Amino acid sequence: MLYDVNLEITYDYASPANSGRHALRLIPATIPGEQHLESSSIRLSPGPSERRDRIDFFGNAVTDVAYRRPHSELVFSLAARINRTATPEELDISPPLKSLGRELRAIQSLKPDEPVHFLTGSPRLPLAPAFAVYARQHATPDMSAISAVETIGRALHDDMDFDADATTVDTPALEAFERRHGVCQDFSHIMIACLRSIGIPAGYVSGFLRTIPPEGKPRLEGADAMHAWIRAWCGIEVGWIEYDPTNALRVGQDHIVVARGRDYGDTAPVKGVLRTSGTQTTDHKVDVIPR
Amino acid sequence: MRLDETENVSDHGYGLLKSYQPFPGVSDELLDPSGKVRPVWRPFLDHLSSMRPEDISDRFARGNQYLNDAGVYFRQYGQNEALEREWPLSHIPVIISESDWQIIADGLVQRAELLEKVVGDLYGDNRLVSEGYLPASLIAESTEWQRPLVGITPPSQNFLHFLAFEIGRGPDGTWWVLSDRAQAPSGAGFALENRVATGRVFNEFFARANVHRLAGFFRRFRDHLLDLRGEHDSRVSILTPGPLNDTYFEHAYIARYLGFMLLEGEDLTVENGHLMVRTVAGLKPVSVLWRRLDSAWTDPVELNEESHLGTPGMVQAVREGNVTMINALGTGILETRALLAFLPRICEHLQGEGLKLPNVATWWCGEETTRSYVKEHAETMMFSPARSTALPFTSSQTDFIGKDSDKFRQGVLENWIDTERGNLVAQEAVTLSTTPAYDEGLLVPRPMSVRVFLARTHKGWEVMSGGFARIGRGESASAIAMQTGGSAADVWIVGERKPYRETLLHQTESPFFKSQSGSLPSRAADNLFWLGRYVERAEGAVRLLRAYHARLMETADPDAPLVAKTADYLDKIGVPPENPVPEGLCEMLQSAVNSAGKVRDRFSVDGWLALNDLAQTANGARRVMNENADIPRAMSLLLRKITGFSGLVHENMYRFTGWRFLSIGRALERANRMTDLLSVFTGPNAPEGALEMLLEVGDSAMSMSRRYAVSLSHATVLDLLAMDPKNPRSVMYQLTDMKEHISVLPGATDRGYLSDLARAILQVHTNLAVATPETLTPEALEELKDQIAFLSVEITDAYIR
Repeated sequence: MLYDVNLEITYDYASPANSGRHALRLIPATIPGEQHLESSSIRLSPGPSERRDRIDFFGNAVTDVAYRRPHSELVFSLAARINRTATPEELDISPPLKSLGRELRAIQSLKPDEPVHFLTGSPRLPLAPAFAVYARQHATPDMSAISAVETIGRALHDDMDFDADATTVDTPALEAFERRHGVCQDFSHIMIACLRSIGIPAGYVSGFLRTIPPEGKPRLEGADAMHAWIRAWCGIEVGWIEYDPTNALRVGQDHIVVARGRDYGDTAPVKGVLRTSGTQTTDHKVDVIPR
Repeated sequence: MRLDETENVSDHGYGLLKSYQPFPGVSDELLDPSGKVRPVWRPFLDHLSSMRPEDISDRFARGNQYLNDAGVYFRQYGQNEALEREWPLSHIPVIISESDWQIIADGLVQRAELLEKVVGDLYGDNRLVSEGYLPASLIAESTEWQRPLVGITPPSQNFLHFLAFEIGRGPDGTWWVLSDRAQAPSGAGFALENRVATGRVFNEFFARANVHRLAGFFRRFRDHLLDLRGEHDSRVSILTPGPLNDTYFEHAYIARYLGFMLLEGEDLTVENGHLMVRTVAGLKPVSVLWRRLDSAWTDPVELNEESHLGTPGMVQAVREGNVTMINALGTGILETRALLAFLPRICEHLQGEGLKLPNVATWWCGEETTRSYVKEHAETMMFSPARSTALPFTSSQTDFIGKDSDKFRQGVLENWIDTERGNLVAQEAVTLSTTPAYDEGLLVPRPMSVRVFLARTHKGWEVMSGGFARIGRGESASAIAMQTGGSAADVWIVGERKPYRETLLHQTESPFFKSQSGSLPSRAADNLFWLGRYVERAEGAVRLLRAYHARLMETADPDAPLVAKTADYLDKIGVPPENPVPEGLCEMLQSAVNSAGKVRDRFSVDGWLALNDLAQTANGARRVMNENADIPRAMSLLLRKITGFSGLVHENMYRFTGWRFLSIGRALERANRMTDLLSVFTGPNAPEGALEMLLEVGDSAMSMSRRYAVSLSHATVLDLLAMDPKNPRSVMYQLTDMKEHISVLPGATDRGYLSDLARAILQVHTNLAVATPETLTPEALEELKDQIAFLSVEITDAYIR
């Protein structure tokens, strides 16, 4: 499926920022067998004092920008064309949960894609007993890894309310979990924490959803801004699978991957520091149109 | 004289040792296993025995006085606050023979080379993990393994340049490495101060005792850092977390000692991949940064985003190879306690030989077979978090010996080990050796460990011939940390012959370096400027308070016109006179202390002590004085302390740019205050006696009688206090002073044109120069005051922001 993606993120500062430095993770990845980035361009307004592109530890494309002149508005926009080919594997050949640990310990590597990075609490996502208790209520040691992931994902989707106003980008996952509400970031963080708590390596994925669903299908939650979902490691044979807990489905052609990491902090679309005294408001606009 | 024959002499032949009883099964630095004094200690014991206890006390006091005067302190974290504590020096040095030291030095150089290879692998190919020498999860789950640094090789090809090792001697007499310090090792500066203090205590003896000197080590390390600079005009700087850090004293001390700039994260910025320091002369490149800040906090964009101590873009500058970090970001991973379990095998693998100096036997509980061994021997093992980077014995919350644990008594320790697994590390509960400490006229054995420092120099790794010894308070090795009441001692490496003398004794500890071409960091300029302002503001307030109380005592009528008007004025400037020492005055002095505290590397120790004394005196007076006290006298006393401080600073401060900012701050504040006073107290409705009071506050009564034959008048007071270019209390004098300082600041003229600031001060100066007493109406004075106050904004715009 070929998509055209247009994203615009606008920041308005109440009093002008004197300087700023931001790391942008906006450009979709090329992932062999899953998606191919045909073209992309990032536009910045006003133009930055410096700009550099690099690839981070987890393989995500990062654009570093710095501003040294006062500015009271910033607009980051992305135009990209992506060919998305991934479809979820139907056949479940993943090992039972109870033997996942043995497979994990056999891996002697620190390569970015290895599950060893995704097993414990991470900077934005400390683990807590509540996650383990919940996960154990739904998954049993004899379940296959994939069905454990899907079971927990569905359970969270059923138990949690999608509420765009209930949480902010900085609300801790545990708090959102206790109140059983949140947005895609909260759903994803909570699910990751549940999976890790029972020994399933899990990571965070940021990306896009197609805006208008295919004919006869419901419109998915999260299509009007950047979206987030999870990936889980289901054994050496299967490797990683991706699951969208906000919509309770395995990730397929409707999702476009931008960045992957341990939690939101590794994938944040805009991360940075600026020197300003006042408040700021943000606006996101996304269009994901199949061609 | 060898011995005082009348003393009760012990078996060892020394009275001082009559109750010196090493603990069974523990080795001792002073006595060999057969109970005889080790030869390397004998000359020192002879010397100590030749002194009477009173002499010894006097000498110890001399060492303490030195530390006090030098401003050495450490910060102790209490329940609610961090306090500056007196430096706890144990005056008896730890004495180690040159031949024993050589064994230690060889072992530690091997270890430094090993650690360099290990860290290079952890941020490079990761072969140690892929080949099974290290478990992947131990590294991946550590917060010290900084993923953004993976794949980056430092420009010098070396990750490590300065290391410390905590070592101790085990019961069999061999030395053990207890802990590796690779992140940002502290203690070398304190070791220097311990050396100077101990050298003063035993001055004549030290001079002839063949003790290895320390200065050469620092000089060669400094030369190495200067060599690491890319461009010659770039700078070597020290990065500190700031005055609230527990070792800030040392950061400032080393910066002063080596002539490096002491910077905080906000002093730095990254432009086009280059690390730059903001100075009053603009951005200047920094190519070598000796960081005393943990890696995670150095860059809020790529590392810990919560950090306010770092510099956005720091990692980018590192990635582009434009800055050499001492040590490289991410090297804190080497302090992981569980690494000690794997280093012996890694050393065999990488170096083709065993560790020359063993480390404490360590077992990582992530492996089944290891766990069963640990469970069997749990009673005698010390348990800690596997990824802890803290020193052993420093946290009773996380470190405990098996048999001391409740879990052991309840029989659940084994289950706990099985649950914790890879998060847990077990270590042999080592017994540290003992060394003599002086206690009420006698020597007593106390447990000790030694921190040894290694630096890269042009010759490769060099070991500092000395160190920083921690001495336990009681008999328990776990009370060794200074935070729990331990003390610190100098370490003497003693040879057969006199060490090579680089200079005369009292100078050997100073390195005689050529200073780098320096520029004043903007933040330092800001703090000096405000220090000048706060001290002058306090002085102005004290002068006026004194005048007020003197008049109140005379009239005993708070409603008398001049008294009441003065009270109103004092209220307006934040020092309402209801209390003898207003809170606002103490706050001004505290602000001065805070500003000075941020520039301690540029500030003399005497000045620092005088300023603290001043603030404490004011606070003390505020607490004890009541309304019946002789307030004018108390104010005079404070005034003398303030002027004493100002004199000390202005007489002794090197005439660098920093001094100019301090002077500008003072002049601006004084000009501002005097203009304001004149506008309020010279108007047509000014109460009777106002002119006399102005003269008194302006300290100009004598000048008045000398200069003017005529009696006191409105015009003569304005002439003397506003316009007189020779009276140091006049507005004109202060403006001239400012103008001169500003004219030589960086960028004061640009291709023949005055800068905005230089033009602004010239304008204000001219406005006053063409005025006459008649034109200086209260309104004109008020406008002048606003112009002067605005200069502060112009200075900030030009040099500080």
